[in-house]
Amino acid sequence: MPTEPLLVAEHLRLSFGATTALEDASVAVHAGEVLALMGPSGSGKSTLLHCLGGILHPDAGRVTYAGRDLTAMHDSERSALRRSELGFVFQFGQLVPELTCLENVALPLRLNGASRRAAHRSASAWLERLEVLDVAAKRPGQVSGGQGQRVAVARALVTRPRVVFADEPTGALDSLNGERVMQLFVAAARETGAAVVLVTHEARVAAYSDREAVVRDGRVRTVEYAR
Amino acid sequence: MSVGRALLGLLENGPRHGYDLKRSYDERFGTDRPLAYGQVYSTLARLLRNGFVEVESEPGAGPERKRYAITEAGVADVASWLAQPEKPEPYLQSTLYTKVVLALLTGNDATTVLDTQRAEHLRLMRELTRRKETGDLADQLVCDHALFHLEADLRWLELTAARVQQLAAHVRP
Ligand SMILES: Nc1ncnc2c1ncn2[C@@H]1O[C@H](COP(=O)(O)OP(=O)(O)OP(=O)(O)O)[C@@H](O)[C@H]1O
Ligand SMILES: [Mg+2]
Repeated sequence: MPTEPLLVAEHLRLSFGATTALEDASVAVHAGEVLALMGPSGSGKSTLLHCLGGILHPDAGRVTYAGRDLTAMHDSERSALRRSELGFVFQFGQLVPELTCLENVALPLRLNGASRRAAHRSASAWLERLEVLDVAAKRPGQVSGGQGQRVAVARALVTRPRVVFADEPTGALDSLNGERVMQLFVAAARETGAAVVLVTHEARVAAYSDREAVVRDGRVRTVEYAR
Repeated sequence: MSVGRALLGLLENGPRHGYDLKRSYDERFGTDRPLAYGQVYSTLARLLRNGFVEVESEPGAGPERKRYAITEAGVADVASWLAQPEKPEPYLQSTLYTKVVLALLTGNDATTVLDTQRAEHLRLMRELTRRKETGDLADQLVCDHALFHLEADLRWLELTAARVQQLAAHVRP
């Protein structure tokens, strides 16, 4: 790929006590691409994702986002960046249970200072885009897994982030639902130009990506376009 | 894939010339591997010998002007083929297994063999996924079938990758 990568991890090392989760992990994410992180359970995929998204701090190595060293940043600066330019989707939506789905999607915009009205208007549009406008007034506990994940995708995209991190976003869904969520997710991300870093162990989910990287024993094996 | 049965099935719509039959086969089943004319005519010759088709020659016509029609025996053959389930075949896995074992025996990186195969599988899966997105319901069903099979292969690749050390010890004690 010709352009400079947007997000780069170099030689990341991270241990949890005696367990080395990342050994020497390097990976680059380009603007607008969908990258699938695959690999066996316990190989370090989630840990790598969390380092890329500035949620975890590596013991050694560096993460650079748009030329800025994420690992050297102040906590407050990193949180601000996470709120405005990065989005997250996890296996179980992690929606705020006390808020309605609409309020959940509006929340990141509110935290970034948008008015209630503007935030709700934008949140509605995203719920509609993900075909779940009908659950807007419900709380997360009152919707199905598939609907909840669509709401979570809407919430991740509502701030128009440059990178969305997704960890097994369809892991709890059946094939048909999981595929629909992936279709909507990837199409919406492509529309907004967001890059997606997607952790999945399902090949049919990874098939929505542009490229895959395989994580084994805390290292990344990237098979570049061979053809 | 039984080309003979497919051609017979296509003839159930009415008599056809060989080239016409090939075209319609390619349209429906041959997107990845179109039939060669030679194969069409040799298959038709076999079906003729077996009494599954008959020839309706046009007056003064050469061999490529022959029209083939399905016989009653042909119709029955197609019906019994459709009633029989296909045997699940571990077609690819045996080749890959051979490659992995050979890689281990020759000191090449077996994990790379597996990851390269994974990349190729995923490449095809992406293509099918795109085709599925733009296609109609029939395309979706055909692509899904292929996707689930490729996924099964990939699971095997992953499992084998996780057992490469074990396999190495077994292959090279
Ligand atoms: N908070 C933690 N405390 C202790 N060990 C951890 C923690 N998080 C991860 N690990 C360990 O680090 C290694 C990598 O974990 P990680 O969650 O990154 O794997 P993964 O590839 O995402 O696996 P899975 O596919 O099962 O989700 C594992 O051995 C795991 O047990
Ligand atoms: Mg994980």
